[in-house]
Amino acid sequence: MSTQEAAALATAESAPAPRGRARSGRGGAGAWVVGAYSLLALAIMMIPIVYTIVFSFNDARRTNIVWRGFTLDNWLKICDDARVCESFGNSIIVGVVATVVATILGTMIAIAIVRYTFRFTTLITILLFLPMATPEVVLGSGLGSQFVNMGVERGLWTIIVAHIMFCISFVVVTVRARVASLDPALEEAGRDLYASPAQVFWRVTLPLLMPGILAAALLCFALSFDDFIITNFVSGNAETFPKFVYVAASRGIPPQSNVIASAVFVLAIVIVVAAQLSAGVRRRKLAKTG
Amino acid sequence: MAFGAFANSGPDLSAAAPRRRSYVAIILLAPGVVYLLATFVAPLVSLVLTSFKEPGGDFEVGEYVYAFRWENYAEAIGRFGEIFLRTFGYSLLATILALLISYPLAYFIGVTLRRFPLWQSLVLILVIAPFFISFLLRTLAWKAIFADEGPVVSFLQAIGILGPEDYLNGTAFTVIFGLTYNYIPFMTLPIYTSLERLDLRYVEAGGDLYAGPAQRFWRIILPLSLPGVVSGTLLTFIPASGDYVNASKDFLGSTNTVMAGNVINDMFFQSFYPLSAAVSILLMIAILIPVVAYVARSGSEDLL
Repeated sequence: MSTQEAAALATAESAPAPRGRARSGRGGAGAWVVGAYSLLALAIMMIPIVYTIVFSFNDARRTNIVWRGFTLDNWLKICDDARVCESFGNSIIVGVVATVVATILGTMIAIAIVRYTFRFTTLITILLFLPMATPEVVLGSGLGSQFVNMGVERGLWTIIVAHIMFCISFVVVTVRARVASLDPALEEAGRDLYASPAQVFWRVTLPLLMPGILAAALLCFALSFDDFIITNFVSGNAETFPKFVYVAASRGIPPQSNVIASAVFVLAIVIVVAAQLSAGVRRRKLAKTG
Repeated sequence: MAFGAFANSGPDLSAAAPRRRSYVAIILLAPGVVYLLATFVAPLVSLVLTSFKEPGGDFEVGEYVYAFRWENYAEAIGRFGEIFLRTFGYSLLATILALLISYPLAYFIGVTLRRFPLWQSLVLILVIAPFFISFLLRTLAWKAIFADEGPVVSFLQAIGILGPEDYLNGTAFTVIFGLTYNYIPFMTLPIYTSLERLDLRYVEAGGDLYAGPAQRFWRIILPLSLPGVVSGTLLTFIPASGDYVNASKDFLGSTNTVMAGNVINDMFFQSFYPLSAAVSILLMIAILIPVVAYVARSGSEDLL
């Protein structure tokens, strides 16, 4: 996933907007054409995903390009290619650390932006916006040349520094919407009941913000986990999973990398579908009681 | 602009409580802002300084000293001018193709499927599904599908569209295809967000006033979804113009499809830091012009 891909996960959070409903099924033939066209486009978009998953079961010898028959070996012996496993582990470490730090920093900024007025608002807004509007290759070469100029040894920690940087803005955007939709009356009620400011924050504000914060954290982890372009400039000899794939691409990708990608894919889809279904159930409950 | 569209989680109630001025704001902002100054702004400054460096010190490979060697830019434009044009052309074509594919798709999800919320969310998940599987492996999957002995090339050769010696991988076609494919979700999501809020009663009113289907589209639906189209276009064009994976020779490209990102990457890893930095700065300026134009028109308020 690249930085701009980001926002996608946050869509799961979106609530239905008010809208009119057509009196009649408009379109007829037109709607069928649009429907068929869309389904064709979606089907083509799924091809590389299916390909990657299918070839995780390939009985590959040297390269994993030609289909040689079904096997479960790749799934059972993921760590046979030690570099696959090691780079996967590095990606997890980088993703978790970067997500925790970026989510905390971004949430603090989001609260400040919605709740307080401060000087230099425009400058700070631009500062938060620009990392999202800058091509990743520029972010990467910039941070990379800074590390070179400073004579810093590049490794896992410089990757983490870079990933926190590009995550912060996306966390701010995602959490900010949640802060803005928070009803101030709830916090006021807490204060009326003699809760201290700290108690109001930890027991009212933070739990209410949690869905937005979790969405932001997921988004940041997904961005970090799939980032290659920025990582490449700041990684030195350290290898994350995408960097391993890139380096291996010139001489053939081991099937174990397909296994890891497929497993991550299935896990992510399960999480997103579960979130959607539970959101649907919640909406229906609200519709009944409201 | 673009980015806020994704994250709305309900009505904005913040107006109910007046925003306060307090030292708390500084405590909340300072760590993140300082972090961005150190890891985003400082590298950009460093990039500008590096782009004017000249060889120096012991004159070993990768050893440069601070200077004002503007010739780096002349060299960047002279040597890579054609590559800049190609980058712009590929990204523009990929953006247009992505728009042509995404608009009907977004309309289908946001309007046609409106009456079936469950289907709507499931199809939306299909749109973002590619995000969950490694971007590099997806691109390699296309490389295998377009391989010289692969099904697509064999078929196109059999029906005579491709000659027996013609292949697909490494051509402009596969690179633009890869770029388009990768950025379709970026284009679809913001357009979907706009269309999902489209009040269909406007379209009906148009029909009542004897507007035909074409008029209803061009004069009602498209203008109302324009913010989504603008966001999607920027979200596609910006990353596409900096991408160097699709155009790399190990993926869908060849030496004939080199883009600006490839130059930045290659020069950096061959330790030609000033040249790499100069190309980065030129790319950044080219990208920022449309963004600045956007900000000048709509203000910085709705940037996030």
